[in-house]
Amino acid sequence: MAKPTLWQAAWAVAYKDLQIELRTRYALNAMALFAVTTAVMVSFRLGPLGLSRDPRSAATLAVLLWIAIFFAAMNGLARSFVREEEAHTATLLRLNVPALAVYLGKLLVNLLILALLETLVTLLFIGLLNVTIAKVGLFLATLSLGGVALAGATTILATLVAKADGKGSLFTILAFPLVLPLLIIAVETTELALSGGTWGSAGSGLQLLAAYTIAEHVAALWLFERVWEA
Amino acid sequence: MNRTDAALQLSWHELAKTYSTRPVYDQLAGELHSGEVLAVRGPNGAGKSTFLRLLCGLERPSAGTIRYQWQGQTYSPNTMRPWIGFVGPDVALYRELSAIEHLQFLAKARGLAADQVYWHELLAQVGLAGREAERVAHFSSGMALRLKYAIALLAKPPVLLLDEPTAMFDEHGRQFVAQLVEQQRQHGLTILATNDQRDAAWADLVLTVGVAARG
Repeated sequence: MAKPTLWQAAWAVAYKDLQIELRTRYALNAMALFAVTTAVMVSFRLGPLGLSRDPRSAATLAVLLWIAIFFAAMNGLARSFVREEEAHTATLLRLNVPALAVYLGKLLVNLLILALLETLVTLLFIGLLNVTIAKVGLFLATLSLGGVALAGATTILATLVAKADGKGSLFTILAFPLVLPLLIIAVETTELALSGGTWGSAGSGLQLLAAYTIAEHVAALWLFERVWEA
Repeated sequence: MNRTDAALQLSWHELAKTYSTRPVYDQLAGELHSGEVLAVRGPNGAGKSTFLRLLCGLERPSAGTIRYQWQGQTYSPNTMRPWIGFVGPDVALYRELSAIEHLQFLAKARGLAADQVYWHELLAQVGLAGREAERVAHFSSGMALRLKYAIALLAKPPVLLLDEPTAMFDEHGRQFVAQLVEQQRQHGLTILATNDQRDAAWADLVLTVGVAARG
């Protein structure tokens, strides 16, 4: 029997998950609904339709943007692992797919879904709140790094909670301390991008985001097999 | 006993499994060679399915060792897993995928050749000809079990672990399993976990678990 390359097996898992997601649209619908609801709700108070536009500072908009991304992500990204355990298909995966390929496949899908979510939320904020992005490159760099970090955190957390009872609340409780530092840095850097800050002023924030992302993924790769095979 | 390939040997020594404080069994020992069929029997809760899960690394023993010797190398249950075919009620299928999509996905994940002809032959062999593109959500329990057999046989494994091998089958399905177990004698070993006397009759050896614990 030929041994599959890690990425070949990971892509097989990702492709299978995308097939299932496109047929059920569970995560996509839940996340899109949350993102749209949040953006529309915020736009009524702070956007062009609202009565007051005073609080529409870069800081407020950056916080609201990441709130929308974070809660929408919490709604959908844990689903991939939880569904495997609830439907008892995890055994089929354990029997046939190397553990690391399962993690990388799930991470790829979460990255893709999160990229779609971030695009949707950004377009909604631009459209409904008249947000002007002063430094597009910095904004995209922050969204990308923040997205990769958030996808990594939710993927490994989903593995941890998938076998537990009360998955939803446990996921949120565990996510809070792990994701909070990432969100604080992402909000600060996004605020700089919206208000026209320089790359130099955002440098430390971006470095912290990159360090956080690397540390988190190394820990996840080290932990995953133990958690998955436990 | 037909030993056509002495290169494959499975052995377990001083094997014990405990859930919390409840011992399932203790000090199990034995070995099995290519061409042999073992039936694991015992009352409900005696650990028949657990024994199969230990053999493919889905669970870890509380004590003792399990080793495969094959082609001059020693494998643990985890490292042997790519060459083990497992069928059982624990293995669920993806309701959203069709039979052929299951084989496509698992063949790719296991690094097997993308052989559409073989996949269709395999599905025909297990009795799913004409149902290849149908989603598992529309399958009966017997059809789902047939697909589990196709998945287990996908890589032509030398080790077959069959948990309740005919539980959902009609007489035609039972004949298919009997034939499969006979064919497997030519290139590997089979272990059945069953309480059905008719299934156990296919075996050369019987391991009875849980009787001492009960009394």
